[in-house]
Amino acid sequence: MNDTSRAAPPPRLELRGITKAFPGVLANDRVSFAVAEGEIHALLGENGAGKSTLVKIIYGVLHADEGAMLWQGEPVRVADPHAARGLGIGMVFQHFSLFEAMTVVENIALGVDDAGDMRTLARRIVEVSHAYGLPLDPAREVHTLSVGERQRIEIVRCLLQNPKLLIMDEPTSVLTPQEVERLFETLRQLAAEGCSILYISHKLNEIKALCDCATILRGGKVVATCDPKAETAKSMAQLMIGSEVRTVVRRAGERTGEPRLIVRNLDLPADGPFGTTLKDLSFEVRRGEIFGIAGVAGNGQTELFQALSGERLVASADMVHLDDRGVGRVGAGGRRRLGLCCVPEERNGHAAVPDMSLAENALLSGRQRKRLSASGFIRAGAARRFAEAVISAFDVRTPGASAAARSLSGGNLQKFVVGREVLQDPGILVASQPTWGVDAGAAVAIHEALLNLASAGAAVLVISQDLDELLTLTDRLAVINVGVLSGTLVTAEASLDEIGLLMGGLHGMDEHVPGPEGDVAHVA
Amino acid sequence: MSLKIEARPQISRRVLYLTPLLAVALTVVAGFFIFLLMGHNPFAALYHFFISPLTSLYGLSELGVKAAPLIIIGVGLAIGFRANVWNIGAEGQLTVGAIAGGGVALAFWGETGFSILPLMCLAGLFGGMAYAAIPAFLKTRLGVNEILTSLMLTYVATLFLSMLVYGPWKDPDGFGFPQSRLFTEAALLPMILEGTRLHLGVVVAVLVAVAAWVVMTRTVIGFEIRVVGQAPAAAAYAGFDRNRMIWLCLLTSGGLAGLAGLFEIAGPIGQLIPALTPGYGFTAIIVAFLGRLHPLGIIASGLLMALSYIGGENAQVEVGLPQAVTGVFQGLLLFFLLASDFLTKYRVRLVSERPEVARA
Repeated sequence: MNDTSRAAPPPRLELRGITKAFPGVLANDRVSFAVAEGEIHALLGENGAGKSTLVKIIYGVLHADEGAMLWQGEPVRVADPHAARGLGIGMVFQHFSLFEAMTVVENIALGVDDAGDMRTLARRIVEVSHAYGLPLDPAREVHTLSVGERQRIEIVRCLLQNPKLLIMDEPTSVLTPQEVERLFETLRQLAAEGCSILYISHKLNEIKALCDCATILRGGKVVATCDPKAETAKSMAQLMIGSEVRTVVRRAGERTGEPRLIVRNLDLPADGPFGTTLKDLSFEVRRGEIFGIAGVAGNGQTELFQALSGERLVASADMVHLDDRGVGRVGAGGRRRLGLCCVPEERNGHAAVPDMSLAENALLSGRQRKRLSASGFIRAGAARRFAEAVISAFDVRTPGASAAARSLSGGNLQKFVVGREVLQDPGILVASQPTWGVDAGAAVAIHEALLNLASAGAAVLVISQDLDELLTLTDRLAVINVGVLSGTLVTAEASLDEIGLLMGGLHGMDEHVPGPEGDVAHVA
Repeated sequence: MSLKIEARPQISRRVLYLTPLLAVALTVVAGFFIFLLMGHNPFAALYHFFISPLTSLYGLSELGVKAAPLIIIGVGLAIGFRANVWNIGAEGQLTVGAIAGGGVALAFWGETGFSILPLMCLAGLFGGMAYAAIPAFLKTRLGVNEILTSLMLTYVATLFLSMLVYGPWKDPDGFGFPQSRLFTEAALLPMILEGTRLHLGVVVAVLVAVAAWVVMTRTVIGFEIRVVGQAPAAAAYAGFDRNRMIWLCLLTSGGLAGLAGLFEIAGPIGQLIPALTPGYGFTAIIVAFLGRLHPLGIIASGLLMALSYIGGENAQVEVGLPQAVTGVFQGLLLFFLLASDFLTKYRVRLVSERPEVARA
């Protein structure tokens, strides 16, 4: 480091011509870039641009078909994640691999190559977590922790191995704005100590705020390397998407009418030991309105969706009203007949049956409202025509209605699912994470569909973790946290700070949470 | 060059229906070597096992007689398997169906009338359904695994049958043999081909398979069954009730097994005996999977399994093979089928080795 007589040190990590093909798709096409020592390097791209494949190759989960990887100037071949950790590469995955019923220290012991005895490990966890501002109690069981705290476990697990390169895959998608700011401080501190960071995201503002250098991927290829601080968010978005960015136009001051979906004092016990109990939720969604439910994942969104869709019945009919009718005891099929359509968060296996054709998937939820069955028999022709109508109205890229749902890309299947519900002309639509993991084009199409539906007089409820989405779409919103709903905010008047604090709620920024609710969460 | 295994983007329908044929071919090849190792002429043994039963009218009619119960039970089980409802106790439901129907036959013993046989059929059907209702109740109310309960109840049923034919239902003129009276004419299935044992149940088997095919592909109920099996969360989303499916599947498969049991005692056997079948209720599980859980596929696989029973007996007589060979063949067939299932999800390709660019 202080050897100034020689040329600049080799980059910590350099990729040269990395190529990886999967059946039918070239995920990485001759990708080359370098990450310097102590640099925070952004890997930017849309869903499906090849970011995840690339970092899995770096971390040894996948192997490149072609190309070379240089570690501090030396060519290396990373056989598996164990070898990657041996080199000094740590990775925090987007989806955590934690055992809910085990404690923090037990989980970390499982993921560290030389854990040593538990007491020493627990002490090191406390040391590292305090040194980097990531407070963590080693004795806590994971299921009592918020998502942000769980992410800290994964980060501390990496830091215990003194990484030289830390890979973070979409780390902020599960955090409140305040938690994001705090994470950035930690990452800056790490970089200042010489640790390189490869930061994967599609959120341009974050990359501008945090990163020194950005490599932009599109369709598996590197399309640009730039200094994000010198670029505008718009110019980077254009590079990322490859065309002019379309955005939805917010309806200004449109009139909303009478309430069509009323939730009144909704209670629902947790489904299993790791679920969330809903406590006394009340809100209403009016004709012509888009209402948002914000919140960090795992705070009761799943349970709320089930209670609204009819997948789980609630204790009394009055807890859920559709157009002045108490439907708390009516099942999913019955609610659909009354005009409620739903878009679940998970496309594969919940909104759609992966191995069934699109025509059969049209039948799945369209049977009642589109009369796709008659006296117990399937009207196969009608189902196919309905699927084809969805495909053409929503520009779903597929060979046809007989293609299996599984064969569609995430964005296309999501357009199909949203289209299937919207074309049923619902009076009330409940959509959970409607644009999760879809490309920008599909996201715009889905947003437009929701706005049009509301303009046509439907009441639309959007449950989302994506604050940007809620801020552009909704008229009013509320925040859900540990199964409790905040008061209703008018979106145009709400500040990001205010929403962020509500999202953090009792699982706030500090490890010592006062208050009765916090204690309940501890012993649960 | 090296072999490379790749996941298929979606399950190949063509391969799905071709692999049973591959499994049969591999079973024949394996059988060839087994016979060779046992010191028999493999060609003669295979001929007597697979070909000679098909060369006579009697052989063909026996094929139908043995295939009928396998098809009836297999179709019922396949409906449940499609919905991830695992009824392993068809043998027990078959036994209770036979006891119920046989009870009717014995109650009207010596009497004439056209209503006796339909009454027996209903008793057989409801007997099997009632016996399958026990695992259905335990599963839906208490969450007890139906694999365990249905299997264990099988042994209860066979012991109950033994108790009856050793005790109260023993033929008073039967010289103490543990069997019931021979049923009288009005309690026996009509034969559809003179001089053979080919009975009306064979026709019913085909009708059951065709009806199941229509239900599974054309009706909402069939769609519900398939969705529940493939994606339980999607079924809940669509508003399908899982408990209702469990009841439906267990009652259907149990009822059909009971009916098959009734056909056995009112057809080829003609009375109640302690061992009603050579394990049709269990073999039907293989039949269902070999037929790809498809009702029409099950007709083909039922015939094939029936052939393994007849061929086994035939080879026993003609070449002196041990009886266990039948079981070995059935086991090999299932083994090869499960192994070849790999090919429906993956494909194997020859690829030329690429030079490694960098090594540590």
